[in-house]
Amino acid sequence: MNDAEAHRAILAVWRVEHPRLITSLARMLRDVPLAEELTQDALVAALEKWPATGVPERPSAWLMATAKHRALDRLRRGPMLERKHGMVARELETEQRAMPDFDSALDDDIGDEMLRLIFTACHPLLSREARAALALRMVCGLTTDEIARAFLMSETAAAQRIVRAKRTLSESGLAYETPRGEERAARLASVLEVVYLIFNEGYTAARGDDWQRPQLCNEALRLGRVLTAIAPDEPEAHGLLALMELNASRTAARTDAAGEPVLILDQDRGLWDPLQIQRGLRALKRARDLGGASGFYVLQAAIIARHAQARTAADTDWLGIAALYAELARVAPSPVVQLNRAVAVGMAEGPAAGLAIVEALADAPALKAYHLLPAVRGDLLLRLGRFEEARAAFVAAADMAGNRREEALLRRRAAEAGRGVT
Amino acid sequence: MRYMCLIVTAPPGPAAPTPELTEAMNVLANREIQAGRMLGGGGLLPMDAGARVTLAGGKFTVLDGPMVEAKEVIGGYALFEFASKEEAVASAVEFLQLHKDHQPGWEGTCEIRPMIEH
Repeated sequence: MNDAEAHRAILAVWRVEHPRLITSLARMLRDVPLAEELTQDALVAALEKWPATGVPERPSAWLMATAKHRALDRLRRGPMLERKHGMVARELETEQRAMPDFDSALDDDIGDEMLRLIFTACHPLLSREARAALALRMVCGLTTDEIARAFLMSETAAAQRIVRAKRTLSESGLAYETPRGEERAARLASVLEVVYLIFNEGYTAARGDDWQRPQLCNEALRLGRVLTAIAPDEPEAHGLLALMELNASRTAARTDAAGEPVLILDQDRGLWDPLQIQRGLRALKRARDLGGASGFYVLQAAIIARHAQARTAADTDWLGIAALYAELARVAPSPVVQLNRAVAVGMAEGPAAGLAIVEALADAPALKAYHLLPAVRGDLLLRLGRFEEARAAFVAAADMAGNRREEALLRRRAAEAGRGVT
Repeated sequence: MRYMCLIVTAPPGPAAPTPELTEAMNVLANREIQAGRMLGGGGLLPMDAGARVTLAGGKFTVLDGPMVEAKEVIGGYALFEFASKEEAVASAVEFLQLHKDHQPGWEGTCEIRPMIEH
């Protein structure tokens, strides 16, 4: 095994063992950021030792033992005046002497602890970006390098973002707590927002050369499944999972052979993944059965489900979709939702009706730099035969687009509008 | 009851399906998915893309493909919800009929295994 292979093998074991490791340590130390640091220490130790010794027979026990040693070292080195640390250190020492039964320690149900981990990583005190980075690190076990690549930033910048976020948590005394009652619902929204941010970063990369980055989508889907497994009674968790499954079901159809984006109505529906659509529809049904039909994510999933269930683009239930967008706009008023409603109304009632909604949004500050506003406007103008205005709108949209592939698509549409092609 | 259906052929595994067979299998799978009977499944890449991890005599061995000594190769699987074994058998016959129709000379077995219910 060469170094690169050994490295990959260790990271693979790490990914499997990481959740149990960090949750066990967090429970033991009553400190999530510290637990995260120690799991990283254990990974570094494995990367040093395992290439020479091979992967040990019980990697989880090895990693746990290593992390516990480091924990003891650190607690001994640090100020021992704090009662909490003294207590934890004594517990750890007793455990070490008693020749710990690692397997039983590791086989505990990690559900509650995982939920705590997710709530901590996604604390609303942190910026959205910091929450996403921490979640990928602490919950998904991604390395700093992987997170840096996912968000197209330097490894140093990613490391700094993570360190700062962890420090914020520690200094705010939020290192170990689980929200209950009413607070829990608000905090869950913060968690779902982060998961969806991660998904969208992979699904329609805001920046960069590639239109989709499937690894991020898969991480978000995995997080969504974790959430529905450990919080099975939360309709919005099922709604978000449904939304992600239904969107991801179109992945193969969303780009052509050259990697250029293909819009939903032009996609080859034979390439949509029917099993993933079924999973999405099941999650959507579960969310509704739990009484969540008018939830923010459930409504969005319901909209995508209408697309997923249309055999051809012409079969799309645009009236139903427009009604769902209207309800979504009531639940979560936002100019972006209105813009999407304009698209649906434009299909259900004709481009003039859609354009009326778009024109009313022209001055919305939130859409000032949003390339999809002129893109939608251009599309509606094109269908009204107002070619020159459509061309100008597509050019404006292309100038604002951050993704190179998306920009190219908009330039093509501008050129076509200029030639009077609908 | 849930059934795991395994497609088994002689090594080196099933030849790549003809476009006609692929299309026919897609149509069938879509029908079964929409009927709520098919819960999962898919074709498997040849063994040289895979590996075999074995525990024997207290020792783990990891063997990368291809498995030259293998007597049979799993080429694909599907997970179904069927009311009876007869339904499972009928479904397997229909699936193999597609192979007979669209990939002349194809030979293999569909193994039907009811899953333990909890």
